[in-house]
Amino acid sequence: MSALDTRAARAPRPDLTTPSTAGSSPRRIREPLSDRVLNVVLVILLLLFTLTIVYPFVYIVSASLSQPSAVSSGEMWLWPIGFSVDAYQAILDYPAIPRGFANSLLYSTAAMLVGTAVTIAGGYALSRRDLVGRNVLTMVFVLTMMFSGGMIPTYLVVKDLGMLNTVWAMILPTCVSVWQLIVTRTFFQTTIPHELLECSRIDGASDLRFFGQIVLPLSKPIIAVNLLLYGVATWNAYFNGLIYLTDESLYPLQLVMRNILLENTFDPTQMANADPARIAAMQQLADQLKYALIIIASVPPLIAYPFVQKHFVKGMMIGSLKG
Amino acid sequence: MSTDQGSFVDQLRVDDEPSAKRTAVLEGARKKPLGRRLLQSWQLYLLVLPAVVWVIVFMYWPMYGIQIAFRDFTPVGGITGSEWVGLEHIERFVTSYNFWPLLRNTVVLAFYELIAGFPIPILLALALNAVRQKYFSRVVQLITYAPNFISVVVVVGILVMLLDPSTGIVPHALSLLGIDAPAFLTDPGWFRHTYVWSGIWQTAGFSAIIYLAALTSVPPELHEAAKVDGASQLRRMWHIDLPAILPIAIVLMILNVGTIMSVGFEKVLLLQNPLNLTTSQVIDTYVYEVGLKSPIPQYSYATAIGLFRSVVGLILLVAVNSLAKRTTKAGLF
Repeated sequence: MSALDTRAARAPRPDLTTPSTAGSSPRRIREPLSDRVLNVVLVILLLLFTLTIVYPFVYIVSASLSQPSAVSSGEMWLWPIGFSVDAYQAILDYPAIPRGFANSLLYSTAAMLVGTAVTIAGGYALSRRDLVGRNVLTMVFVLTMMFSGGMIPTYLVVKDLGMLNTVWAMILPTCVSVWQLIVTRTFFQTTIPHELLECSRIDGASDLRFFGQIVLPLSKPIIAVNLLLYGVATWNAYFNGLIYLTDESLYPLQLVMRNILLENTFDPTQMANADPARIAAMQQLADQLKYALIIIASVPPLIAYPFVQKHFVKGMMIGSLKG
Repeated sequence: MSTDQGSFVDQLRVDDEPSAKRTAVLEGARKKPLGRRLLQSWQLYLLVLPAVVWVIVFMYWPMYGIQIAFRDFTPVGGITGSEWVGLEHIERFVTSYNFWPLLRNTVVLAFYELIAGFPIPILLALALNAVRQKYFSRVVQLITYAPNFISVVVVVGILVMLLDPSTGIVPHALSLLGIDAPAFLTDPGWFRHTYVWSGIWQTAGFSAIIYLAALTSVPPELHEAAKVDGASQLRRMWHIDLPAILPIAIVLMILNVGTIMSVGFEKVLLLQNPLNLTTSQVIDTYVYEVGLKSPIPQYSYATAIGLFRSVVGLILLVAVNSLAKRTTKAGLF
């Protein structure tokens, strides 16, 4: 700083403040005009981008709570007009949707736990340099990121295992992500010091014990990241359901939603207490129902994510940046 | 920004360079015969076993099943018992009238996504890093990550609702401005724009994370020194920030080129409708249509098409990687 001061004293330029004019922080260089303009421009651009993300959600929330006619005419553009929760009531009464929600919850919880357990255990073992055959094993996993069997052979495997139309088809085929396994391995390599292993060996701990009592408590960030990524990925998946399931009672929410939103298969006669008046009202409500459904389906992942956000950057960054 | 910290996929390199310290510690172990060492670390094998079983069953078993691309698959014959027909299916695909349109749709869509989607997260990260209001920057980050956690079904659902020609808000708004809204969802000419820009909307914030992390490793002294020399913010972004994220950007670019043949087909499938098929039918959606959706599924033919796609993708990946290695020394493997 002293170098700056002498320079400022020698050649007072317009963008360098003298102590008398700078107020509370007298020794700072005042930003040149161009930088302040740029900062304003960047803030405006970022605001615009943020707005393109926030606005659709605000609109959809409002639309799901408005009168159908106000939405379809374009009158409603920000806040709800003619507040009503009929659409949400209708969702609860349409059996496929609560069932799909429950199915999805089951599938994501199971896939999240299985996937994370397999990934953490496997990732740790692969991170140990004294594991004989570690390079070959790692290669076995990495190869599948570059080349895979493809849709039909995978389908035939699931079919041969007798998993078609079962809960297992929704959990097992995609419950592990090789990319996450490699990131997890890298996380362990960079965060668990070798000295820890030596110490516990001297104290007589076995590998399993070291893993359970020392490694696991130290790896909360990577566990959180894996739980979140597996949970969200399974919650958001529809394609497995599309190809492996024909029994509608097993459909995950995303597939139910795809059929209603994109194939227009909403059938009011299936609703609980469906009298003719209600069925007629439902035809009106069809669009509101779609808006409400979008909200319902995006809530769980969006709730989950701020909780692990703190761990997220830490776990992901260490895992993927440091080679 | 050193390369070993920077390369996102250094982890893919299967390296084993035990440091002197480690060798010293493990020397005892290394002198023992192989059998003893294997036996000694049985607990580690136990830990990795579930992952190995999974990868064999759900990754390598299907790879073994690829051979039905060279057979006439029948349910009775199964994978190994069906009649061998060699390259017949692949020939049939390459010479079919569908081949060139499918290849063109796949490659054009993927390249468009790559070219348009590559710079935006970088610009976003540079802007977030440069803005002086750090609190504002954090809030923007939190919001822009969010769409990444939403399913493709929801994203396509939002598109369908907002862009609907008669009830959607976007056509309404455009008509207020005196513009006739194009048929975003049904016009084959608009399919690619809708697909690519909604994808950028969804993933740009999240993709920026990795660049932001790289930017945190830029020593602040560099910026201070540049400031003293009178460099403007823009010049500092260009000469300090951009070079810091370039190594990662190159590696990500290679990865993306490698996956060019497998465009995000789950979303394409959702956006597809009979009216935009001329641009929205890509190789993977065609495989689904021929192999699983059609009432008479042609397993062998669909597998052959999928295999063609995988092999071209693999060749691309290897080619781009060796090219990048030669020019920038930032290859993956």
